[in-house]
Amino acid sequence: MLERAATVDAAKPRDAAAGIERVEVAAVNLPARRSQYQKHEKVYPKLAHGTFRRIKWLALSGMLAIYYAAPWLRWDRGPGFPDQAILVDFPARRFYFFFIEIWPQQVYLLTGLLIVAALVLFLITSLAGRVWCGYACPQTVWTDLFIAVERLIEGDRAARIRLDQGALTAVKVAKKAAKHATWIAIAIATGGAWVFYFADAPTLARELAAIEAPTVAYLFVGVFAAATYLLGGFAREQICTYMCPWPRIQAALQDEHSLIVTYRTDRGEPRGPLRKGESWEGRGHCIDCNNCVAVCPAGIDIRDGHQLQCISCALCIDACNAVMSKIGLPRGLIAYDTLENEVRRAHAEPARYRWLRPRTVLYAGLIATVGVAMLAALLLQSDLDLTVERDRNPVYVLLSDGTIRNGYTLKAINKTYATRTLTLALDGPPGARVAIVGGESREPATFTVEPDKLRSIRVYVSAPAGVLTRDATPIRFTASDAAGAATVASAVQGPKR
Amino acid sequence: MTAERDPQTGIETTGHSWDGIKELNNPLPRWWLWVLWVTVIWAIGYWIAMPTWPTITGFTGGLLGYSQRAVVADELEAAKAVHAPLNARILATPLDRVRTDPELLSFALAGGRSAFLVNCAQCHGTGAAGGKGFPNLNDDDWLWGGTLADIEHAIRFGVRSGHAEAREGDMPAFVKDQLLSEAEAWQIVYYVLDLAVGAPKRDSPAAQLFADNCAACHGADGKGDAKLGAPNLTDAIWLFGGDRNAIYASVAQSRRGVMPGWQSRLDEATIKKLAVYIHALGGGR
Repeated sequence: MLERAATVDAAKPRDAAAGIERVEVAAVNLPARRSQYQKHEKVYPKLAHGTFRRIKWLALSGMLAIYYAAPWLRWDRGPGFPDQAILVDFPARRFYFFFIEIWPQQVYLLTGLLIVAALVLFLITSLAGRVWCGYACPQTVWTDLFIAVERLIEGDRAARIRLDQGALTAVKVAKKAAKHATWIAIAIATGGAWVFYFADAPTLARELAAIEAPTVAYLFVGVFAAATYLLGGFAREQICTYMCPWPRIQAALQDEHSLIVTYRTDRGEPRGPLRKGESWEGRGHCIDCNNCVAVCPAGIDIRDGHQLQCISCALCIDACNAVMSKIGLPRGLIAYDTLENEVRRAHAEPARYRWLRPRTVLYAGLIATVGVAMLAALLLQSDLDLTVERDRNPVYVLLSDGTIRNGYTLKAINKTYATRTLTLALDGPPGARVAIVGGESREPATFTVEPDKLRSIRVYVSAPAGVLTRDATPIRFTASDAAGAATVASAVQGPKR
Repeated sequence: MTAERDPQTGIETTGHSWDGIKELNNPLPRWWLWVLWVTVIWAIGYWIAMPTWPTITGFTGGLLGYSQRAVVADELEAAKAVHAPLNARILATPLDRVRTDPELLSFALAGGRSAFLVNCAQCHGTGAAGGKGFPNLNDDDWLWGGTLADIEHAIRFGVRSGHAEAREGDMPAFVKDQLLSEAEAWQIVYYVLDLAVGAPKRDSPAAQLFADNCAACHGADGKGDAKLGAPNLTDAIWLFGGDRNAIYASVAQSRRGVMPGWQSRLDEATIKKLAVYIHALGGGR
């Protein structure tokens, strides 16, 4: 392909229409052209201009800004607690997100969040196809960023091809060096931003710079930097074509009513360069200028139809619309459309769009249900939690006066940022008494729990001889203070009856 | 030499031919080949750096001198070094003061539990609940007393262990040694059963038999004596069982449980930690 492009480049370019240069480009990522055994053919995406390119720039800058800046946001939680708004604190086993603090046992909230995210992805995919792939996937975003850097330093498509094919000059070396240096800088910043989510960002930044940070921090920066550099700089569309399961999965989420990027065959064919003075009668609107192929970062030709390699980035729409505007034809030869409408247009029926379909209604309903359940779980959570583990070895202890004693480990979680002194009360068989082993006070049984901490206490429940009439008698522990109470059920066991 | 090409596919052949069938030369993808060579280089490096090849008397040690045994030994040493200052403090602190120092207490409880599981659990059970003939250490009934010092003494010297300082309870085997007849022994058994539920027949011949033969150690009221290791016969706890046959066996043949002394097997700090741990199981006095 490169050889062909070179020979054509040397000759005078053939125009596709007056003022529209025909791009000599082949869809290198076509299944027919791909082989495990041949060398990968590099894609040189040309810069597109238009609505979708602008949307992509906005999405890219917005998401990258959030990614790089979020760890630096501060949120005051009082003395002794991290003031980072978003922090995954592995050593202390806490996840902080602004006013939300999640303990490991609340990981179901994260599960719920992932379920909602998956369902939203399902809904969007069934409505508008691979929006995720085209605009939001990190692979797409960073590849786009890396291509932008490449374009800035080496020039657009034609200049890049020329540079790659040209002799090794000082200019080439300088440009390549500048490009790779910028890529590596971005890659390191990417890995660097990642580790800031797991430690206090300003502290870690200082430590990283002073070579005092923990080895694991450098390791993660290195792994993420290497992955970003390789995936954004070199692997690019191959990740989507070969490695990613999502293109395969999304086939099951889309149907004939989902939006996809399509080429309107009924309007475009038969295609061919428009000769001077040629009329549009009896021919299609596609002037075969190949701009849609040239801008494609996946290296495909959208005119071959819907295909797995297409990430629905819509840059071919921008490229084609620009050409259509220039030659005075209506835009939308390549556009978001549905498979159903392709068929309807072929039968000269009007296009129609069905947003409300059983699957979209189902997805929306599930999102609402899970979302409400999650919100309820988050808002109704108590700031005091009590769990109990009854001793199983020994199950019970017979004391010399015939009293049956059971041992328990009670765990009280104080989720407030203040120390709490809790009174432990027992609701059990008559005469049964509760005592905290080494408690602050025996009567009433009280214990304190430090702010944002779990306290584990040993507790004995003693039932006088003859009180227990069953193998296991249900009991309830209640830990309370003025601000609230938590109750947990257990049992007191005695000899088999 | 130009390789022959297969006319159907245009792919080079290897030149090999079997019955007219030729093999196409589809080489491995490059990255795959590289991975192979990287693993080969890694393997050679591993042979040089790490212990790999067996020799007749041992094995090649490798340049890095890595040894999992050495790692374990180092970790044990490191753990000992971490525990050393605390062990020194345990040694220097009287037992009752260990209980009131939160740091020492938590160290003693953890260390005591490990030592208990290794050395004591075989007889007393992992939960220290004991069994027939092996005292439950969770309850408040102590044959030889339940203070920290009593417990430490028992751990150190044992019971009937043969050590000069060991506890030596000596209940006669009344029937076996023909001190009492079987009928008299049974009378005592029924008297003791009544004693246990708090309704002894005071003026019976059995009461006289008890007073003559048992009260010297167990006391006139049957409440026992920890100095002699004589159990309290009025409480709910029976080390060898509380039914009449078990009690008769005790009276007729005596009971001589043995606990080894641990002074020669465990270090001082471990013995102290064990004492604190057992005392804290719920019955310590």
